[in-house]
Amino acid sequence: MDLFEILFWILTIGAISSALGVILSRNPINSVICLIATFFAISGHYVLLNAQFLAVVNIIVYAGAIMVLFLFVIMLMNLNADVEPQKSRLVQFAGIISGGILFLVILAALRDSKINGVLEKSSNSVGLIENLGKTLFQNYVLPFEISSVLFLSAMIGAMVIGKKEPSNDLPERSPNQN
Amino acid sequence: MLLMQIDWLFLIEKIGLITIILLISLGIAAYATWGERKVAAVMQDRIGPARAGIFGLLQPLADGGKLFFKEEIIPQSASKIIFVLGPAMFMVTALMTSVIIPWGPSFEVGGRIISLQVADINIGILFIFGVVSLGVYGIMLGGWASNNKYSLLSSIRAASQSISYELAMGISLIALLLLTGTLSLHDIVEQQHGFWADGYFTWNFFKQPLGFFIFLVCAFAELNRAPFDLPECESELNMGFHLEYSSMKLGLYLFAEYINMFISSAVMATLFFGGYNYPGMDWVSAHAPQWLFVLSGVTAFFVKIIAFILFFMLIRWTLPRFRYDQLMKLGWKSLIPLALINMLITGGIALWLGK
Repeated sequence: MDLFEILFWILTIGAISSALGVILSRNPINSVICLIATFFAISGHYVLLNAQFLAVVNIIVYAGAIMVLFLFVIMLMNLNADVEPQKSRLVQFAGIISGGILFLVILAALRDSKINGVLEKSSNSVGLIENLGKTLFQNYVLPFEISSVLFLSAMIGAMVIGKKEPSNDLPERSPNQN
Repeated sequence: MLLMQIDWLFLIEKIGLITIILLISLGIAAYATWGERKVAAVMQDRIGPARAGIFGLLQPLADGGKLFFKEEIIPQSASKIIFVLGPAMFMVTALMTSVIIPWGPSFEVGGRIISLQVADINIGILFIFGVVSLGVYGIMLGGWASNNKYSLLSSIRAASQSISYELAMGISLIALLLLTGTLSLHDIVEQQHGFWADGYFTWNFFKQPLGFFIFLVCAFAELNRAPFDLPECESELNMGFHLEYSSMKLGLYLFAEYINMFISSAVMATLFFGGYNYPGMDWVSAHAPQWLFVLSGVTAFFVKIIAFILFFMLIRWTLPRFRYDQLMKLGWKSLIPLALINMLITGGIALWLGK
């Protein structure tokens, strides 16, 4: 058991236990904190695979931006454990059965799959930023640019939907309120 | 078997370096509180702290002692774990960035090159972004867990402010990266060697003046310092997110703010003002013993950092606070377009110079 393996197991146990915390905790804020911990553990795995760029982008984008917005929404809606809707037994059983079937399908698919070309741990430089940039901008430049246009259009679309339409039936503003 | 794999000297060296950096950060943060009061006093024509020690120099110790012995109160309706987690996370994220800052030139002891940087990772600048974007959790969690309307409002303000200004900060740094061509802070500092080379200044400030200006304004906003201290706006929100905190938990919040200021000054000095480089360093390196050269580099770096801290204080006691809509307008409608234009111009110049 070398240092790599010890770190791997610590991170794996951390990731799985905090992921369980996300779905098992009743308080939404605790779930968000557990999810952040999960992202950190996964970033640790990326670092072990020598994909430092991926690790830090995972933290910036998911832990730093998306989770802050999640926390934001939960705080504003003031969700608490006691206002969580209680689902009926029927829905719970349906959830268990469909989840079990999905698990079975994934298990069956994974059993027959074969992994070709295992990544050499920590000796390759695929995940370093120079190689990643060269790959993205030489081999995959068209899909990369198209996906960025897609993101831009999604952003503009959200703005268009969120924009208030000017309506005429608003009560008249008082003069000191502009 | 496992113990043989670890390079023990390396480990001891790094642990020693981390301890020293930690102590220096805490010391400078403590004396920044004293400095802030003195600067405020000078600007308002007062004396400032004068009772504890000569020039009030023992004032930070007195303040720390007072905070330690205060009664610790956790509100009845607060979420206990998160309430404690808030200040801890704020302090941890404040200290984390210091890991990648090169504090001085490398030197050789007994055939072993010792670098005054804890970790030279090749994604240095992105690491700073990651830590900065995590910094807001301390405020958000603390403010929410207090179960107080003022604290919640303040933490929401802090979060939206920091998300808005992160964008302009990131774009202003992309322009810098176009010129340096590397993300590693060690390489960026090495590129700014000396002061003058090939007919132009080497320091990035002279190559990216607009980028530095945008970065500086964003740093003010990220630090929640005046004129952008809306999250702890005492006239509207009663100090905001740390309203319910007492004793050393309050101390951690207040203290971490000064550590943040110290670290971001160090980042700015590293990225734009040459880090530990200073004019005439080649002459010193050729004529002085090695330890003196290293010491002079570290001193030059700390002089730059302290100059930035004083600048932060000067601004705080000069400018009034922004209104919230003005803050958002400045971030989204002025700084982001300005940063984008800066990036385009820099890209054009980099292409023209054939980098």
